Amino acid sequence: MDENTRLIVSSSPHVRDTRTTSKIMLDVIIAMIPAAIVAICVFGIQALLVLIYCVASAVLTEYVIEKILKKPVTISDLSAVVTGMLLAFNLPYSAPWWMCVVGGVFAIGVVKQAFGGLGANFMNPALAARAFLLACWPTRMTGTAFIPDGITTATPLGIIKEGLDASMLPSMMDMFLGVNGVFGAIGEISALALLIGGIYLICRKVISWRIPVTYLATVFVLELCFGAGFSGALYQIFAGGLMLGAFFMATDYVSSPNTVLGQFIFAFGCGLITVIIRQFGGYPEGVSYSILLMNVAAPLIQRYTAPRVYGIQKQKKESEA
Amino acid sequence: MKKSKMQILKNGILNENPTFRLLLGMCPTLAVTTAAMNGLGMGLSTTVVLIGSNVVISALRKVIPDAIRIPAFIVIIASFVTIVQMILEAYVPSLYAALGMYIPLIVVNCIILGRAEAFAYTNTPGDSFFDGLGMGLGFTLALTLLASIREIIGAGTFFGISLFGSGYEPALLVIMPAGGFVVFGLLLGLINMLTNKYEAKAKAEGDKLAEEVK
Repeated sequence: MDENTRLIVSSSPHVRDTRTTSKIMLDVIIAMIPAAIVAICVFGIQALLVLIYCVASAVLTEYVIEKILKKPVTISDLSAVVTGMLLAFNLPYSAPWWMCVVGGVFAIGVVKQAFGGLGANFMNPALAARAFLLACWPTRMTGTAFIPDGITTATPLGIIKEGLDASMLPSMMDMFLGVNGVFGAIGEISALALLIGGIYLICRKVISWRIPVTYLATVFVLELCFGAGFSGALYQIFAGGLMLGAFFMATDYVSSPNTVLGQFIFAFGCGLITVIIRQFGGYPEGVSYSILLMNVAAPLIQRYTAPRVYGIQKQKKESEA
Repeated sequence: MKKSKMQILKNGILNENPTFRLLLGMCPTLAVTTAAMNGLGMGLSTTVVLIGSNVVISALRKVIPDAIRIPAFIVIIASFVTIVQMILEAYVPSLYAALGMYIPLIVVNCIILGRAEAFAYTNTPGDSFFDGLGMGLGFTLALTLLASIREIIGAGTFFGISLFGSGYEPALLVIMPAGGFVVFGLLLGLINMLTNKYEAKAKAEGDKLAEEVK
């Protein structure tokens, strides 16, 4: 190290890291590539188009809003690209271009920039946009919108929800790999691809194991409690958007707690709400709403699990003193 | 400084717009603004009640004892609401059906009680009339604006007239309650931004003028 840089007097933080926002976001994008490849193989060019529309509209919205508000343009930190990709992963392959654009504009314009940009969004922008689109155009976001082949009639979770013939369900191995008629939103079909991406993120220390593992374990155990049986509970873990949500969306830095205990509580809450919606709710899938609800609860969890500040003792109650 | 009648009127519509500046009466603002016609109907009904109650309360302000003024205000306001409700039911039954529960709820609209307390109780009936008219029109404009935006996006129509043809797929959320909050929040943010800009400009011009005087 150069002599002059060895003694620097500065204010905290003193422990520095070479990681930047754009490097972390690049890792997330890399981790999403396996799932994107599976999606393009299964759904063809339409899935690629949805991805392109979503990413382009998210990045463009970020650029335009920051230009209008005369803020520094931050599209090079890649966070808008990640939001766009996650949004596309949550949409059916049949989503028309205008729906992708509305979703991208809502995610970045309303959920992210209106609340102050990166680091200030109160919930996951991609999921909020998904919920917005689902409420706006329900017929384009449910049921057969996800099914390209015309043979199957519903997503696996849809079949379970409707109580249709269980023989229509894809096998466990198909569910894990995401082949042979396992349909769903673009990015959620292959549990294996998402798992590879998730493990990559954990190895790169971009995310911690706590939220995804606790989330998946909670769903598994609760499904067992509700009498799904071992294979049934495992099936529920591979089905729907659970893998995608657990690894890529519940782990969003901004909208999840950053204390250790807080992350366990947060992930348990996500799992609990997911199972309740899947078992008793009106929708076949509950991952997105469970994460959104826990996003809103995150500040409260954060407050109650905040570690004791060094040198400060808990105040005794007035009456005891 | 005594304000002229025009200033009182303008005050209600712009400077102290009950919806966008004072944020009063949020319940009807969010609930009935699903179609432009409902927004306009609600706004005008409230205006009529507001003018009536303002004038009567102002005329009786020396007779109403201070300690029981709120019950007295409520009785006067409720009388006017009942009149408006009966008129709507008789002459525009469709609007009456659309607004439903929210017509009797005008009684507890805080704009009306607020103006009675803040203005009519301490001012002359003439001034109170213009205050009621201004506040009522401000409320009507705000509601119609919000309702128009929601109807155009959420239903593809404006006052029931189809705008975009059959190819347009309306964004249902916008006319649902959650959409009301989103649209209102964005509109409020936009208006605050424009107001800040306008005030900064006015202040800069004022400073410039002061410089020149020096």
